[in-house]
Amino acid sequence: MQIVAKGLTYTYNPKSPFASQALKGVDLTIEEGEFFGIIGHTGSGKSTFVQHLNALIRLSGGQLRVGEYDLSSKKCNFVELRSKVGMVFQYPEYQLFAATVEKDVEFGLKNFRKELTEAEQTAAVREAIETVGLDYDALKDQSPFELSGGQKRRVAIAGVIVTKPEILILDEPAAGLDPLGKRELMELLHSIHGGWCKTIVIVSHDMDEIAENCTNAAVFSDGKVVLQGKPSEIFRQADKLFSLGLDIPMTARCALLLRAQGIEIDTDFTCDDFAEKVSALWRKGGNHAQ
Amino acid sequence: MEAVRFEHVKYSYREDESEYAVNDVSLSVEEGEFVAILGRNGSGKSTLAKLINALLTPTSGKVSVFGLDTSDEKQTFAIRKSAGMVFQNPDNQAVASIVEDDVAFGPENIGVPREEIGKRIDFALNAVGMQDFRNAMPSRLSGGQKQRIAIAGVIAILPKIMILDESTAMLDPQGRREVMAVVKKLNREQGMTVILITHFMEEALQAERAIVMHRGEVVMDGTPEHIFSHSDALETYNLTLPRAAYICKKLQAAGMPIGEAFTAEELAEEICKSLQKG
Repeated sequence: MQIVAKGLTYTYNPKSPFASQALKGVDLTIEEGEFFGIIGHTGSGKSTFVQHLNALIRLSGGQLRVGEYDLSSKKCNFVELRSKVGMVFQYPEYQLFAATVEKDVEFGLKNFRKELTEAEQTAAVREAIETVGLDYDALKDQSPFELSGGQKRRVAIAGVIVTKPEILILDEPAAGLDPLGKRELMELLHSIHGGWCKTIVIVSHDMDEIAENCTNAAVFSDGKVVLQGKPSEIFRQADKLFSLGLDIPMTARCALLLRAQGIEIDTDFTCDDFAEKVSALWRKGGNHAQ
Repeated sequence: MEAVRFEHVKYSYREDESEYAVNDVSLSVEEGEFVAILGRNGSGKSTLAKLINALLTPTSGKVSVFGLDTSDEKQTFAIRKSAGMVFQNPDNQAVASIVEDDVAFGPENIGVPREEIGKRIDFALNAVGMQDFRNAMPSRLSGGQKQRIAIAGVIAILPKIMILDESTAMLDPQGRREVMAVVKKLNREQGMTVILITHFMEEALQAERAIVMHRGEVVMDGTPEHIFSHSDALETYNLTLPRAAYICKKLQAAGMPIGEAFTAEELAEEICKSLQKG
């Protein structure tokens, strides 16, 4: 499903002294199959935007289409839409609530896929739990509250992907995890991407994470999309990002410093590519000794 | 002077002591040091932190803070006055609806006289650069600002040791920088002992000493540079290298003669040197 937003606007607490316009005309298209990154300062409108995508926030201005669902239409089937657009919030492990892992994961299914038989539901739950890398038989009867932080987060993700959403949106999916936990979580998302969920959209503050993982990205600032394109294109515009109070990946900072010394590294800013390009440069030119 | 001393400390959350969260840890932190504690989730870092200010007391062994034994209940009050703790979640630490009341909460509890409390609020808010927010509502501040208020609440007790338990984990990069700047300033200018538990390798690099914990034990102890130069050991403890160090290692593996680098600046310098040498 393709996501197309045109002139999207949204105001919190309208017509009150606390009114604040979070979206000021967002134009953005996210194609099916992308691993899309949304970047922006706290308060830039990125969370407000993603909450529109499965109608957690109802459209109040502009146009939004997600696949065949026109969210500006009163006839839009929001329940069906929500089963196809899964949303994983920040720190989703705080939202676990059921007595067992199985019941927690099953909850979404019971709401969205009532047509499934008991056996089909159990099979779907097993598949979701195994897909997030957990042992179904060992964990299904355990309380989710007794698991480790990383496991809890996986259970929470299983509870969202169990309905087989075509689009999976995750707000800061790796926040608070240790470095290896972050890497494992991103690996999990890549393993889901393309098969289980066609499109993945992540909101992230971590520019290195965006550079390493995303096919395309958009930068939000003050309720609008101010930059979009491949991460390699976005992170070339360091001055613009700095002026918005945003960072660039470590590799991009290094490339800037090298450029100041007259050394150009044409990289996509992933660590592996950066190292490759630098060593290629070294082999080609600088190293006459060999 | 020795600020913190652990002597063969064990701690178990289980009654039967079948598993130790902290297992036979001995270490010493001098007053004025800036120590980062690294390790995977569940490696015992937070337990170690809670043992310092007597939120937990050892199952066996001894923890002393400025010579006071944390297992001695009569000393708990004095220990908590000298070792303040800042936690992870900026939304869970505010106790009052106005910033100045929130900062005053600690000193009020330890019986600081009224007129002195006003001075301490000024001092603490200045220290974290939040003096203009004295009458603001904590709930309306950003995550970084909330954490700075939490730190101010700790500073107002005038502790000698500040323990930060993943206090930047939930912040955006801007908020993280704000908090780290405040912590560094307190360490440098006030000589405050800082114990920083973090998952961000870049933050650990700002400390003068880093300790790696693994399964309840201290497995590495040295300068951050020393620790990050042992990439094989780090892998064993499930930690990752800072990105610059990772690239450095790849370049070395490709045969490029290049020195160690841990930050973007160092990496650029090393690449420059290496390319120009040829």
